[in-house]
Amino acid sequence: MSIQGNNLKSGSNLEKILKSGQFAFTGELGPPRGTDVKEVIEKAQFLKGNVDSVNITDNQTAVVRMASWAASLLLVQEGLEPNYQMVCRDRNRLAMQADILGAYALGIRNMLCLSGDHCQFGDHPDAKGVFDIDSMQLIAMVKQMRDDAKFLGGAEIHHPPKIFIGAASNPFADPFDWRVQRLAKKIEAGVDFIQTQCIYNMEKFRKFIHIAGEEGLTEKVYILAGVTPFKSIGMAKYMKSKVPGMDVPDEVIKRLQGVEKGKVAQEGINMACEQIEEFKSMKGVHGVHLMAIEWEHKVPEIAAQAKVLPRPKPE
Amino acid sequence: MIVAKRKPFEEIKEMLKGYKKVLNVGCGTCVSVCLAGGEKEVAILNAELDMARNLEDDPIEIHGQTVERQCDREYLAELDDIIKKEKFDALMSMACGVGIQFLAERFPDIPTFPGVDTTGLAVNQAVGWYEERCRSCSQCVLGITGGICPITMCAKGLFNGPCGGTNKGNCEISADQPCAWFKIHERLAAQGRLSSIRKINLARGWKDQIPRNLIQPGYKKPEKVS
Repeated sequence: MSIQGNNLKSGSNLEKILKSGQFAFTGELGPPRGTDVKEVIEKAQFLKGNVDSVNITDNQTAVVRMASWAASLLLVQEGLEPNYQMVCRDRNRLAMQADILGAYALGIRNMLCLSGDHCQFGDHPDAKGVFDIDSMQLIAMVKQMRDDAKFLGGAEIHHPPKIFIGAASNPFADPFDWRVQRLAKKIEAGVDFIQTQCIYNMEKFRKFIHIAGEEGLTEKVYILAGVTPFKSIGMAKYMKSKVPGMDVPDEVIKRLQGVEKGKVAQEGINMACEQIEEFKSMKGVHGVHLMAIEWEHKVPEIAAQAKVLPRPKPE
Repeated sequence: MIVAKRKPFEEIKEMLKGYKKVLNVGCGTCVSVCLAGGEKEVAILNAELDMARNLEDDPIEIHGQTVERQCDREYLAELDDIIKKEKFDALMSMACGVGIQFLAERFPDIPTFPGVDTTGLAVNQAVGWYEERCRSCSQCVLGITGGICPITMCAKGLFNGPCGGTNKGNCEISADQPCAWFKIHERLAAQGRLSSIRKINLARGWKDQIPRNLIQPGYKKPEKVS
């Protein structure tokens, strides 16, 4: 693909795997609501060797947790590669750039640039949302820091951070026909890889990736399809009705309802694995991002069933 | 216009605790139109205060006067005589935050209290219903966003929306709040102008981070103000 060149942008494990044309498989870990290092390390053990990089969420759903850079560092120490998430909600451009420098200095190589859920969802609903810059502008800022060795304000950076730049894409949020355009804007801003929102409506996703392919976008960015296995029927119903921008078709819920009570979770895993199987051969998809929400211990089993093991070990 | 809503009565009562002779100053412009701090609202609040303080056996002598605009010296000057003569021990202003400050500045020796909470720059959707439309950021982007302000109307103030939280045309924060970027897209699409948001809107410097001074072309700061 056209993004292949001689030089790596960051040298991260994820970048090397994607660049070599292998199917990437990434995971996710939510930092604790406290200072317990053990909790992070225990969760990390389930991911180690089973994924190429682990997204460390940043105060997800606007709930305070251990800083994503700190939890990312714990993973680095454990020999895992983090994908450091940063939202625009909680910090201004000074804090963001300072954190990026610090994160890179201590070994973080991948970053995911996000707007962030509104404060109203979280445990401090009256907090001031910063949004000094938005996710599009954050991507452009990290790229400028990396490629031009310049801060957003224009001053030179000594030893610029060589970050592999990621962003999210939600093919299911309205308006549908603008979603590909928004992806195009993120590519223009300088994104290297995309992780999508959890996919349940496969038909719509196929359409999205087809349009993106027609516009030449899948040649310009690596796209990792988002997969979250359902643990229960309740979770599926919650995702359908309560999570904004989520598209859960009725037939998905019906399939879960069609199995015996004790086998719903396994059926959720089966469905996720079937999706992963389709993504492996879907044109324009370069990997899967598995978000096993508070289900990290199931990742080894899911990875095995999805036949994505062993993970490649680039030089 | 600038809109405001009256502060909760208990809060007002608490602020005026211990003050025996108070002038409540209404404003005849924006807050009058939005039914928060005009002549009528001054009279209502004063009646409530009078009654409450009498019940507490702590009577208050409360006067009321409404001027055309509290953000204009010319109209505030109308209060000079009454304030000099009556020797109030506190002032209350039912103007917006701007008017309250200008009143306090004119009579710096007298404690001045706000009777309203200023809520923004809004349009009048129907009688008694006002919707915020502008955050007075000093850099208007309405030209590229189809006349819909993303700073005010998008809960995250995004310049390159819509985010992934758009929910059937509404904002992720509430099904009652339309998604600004959904609306922007809709309007620009209808006008055949989607190209205006296809380009990345790059990070801008905020122009509202220090107190702003505006001097129109052809004018200058007078050496002395009355």
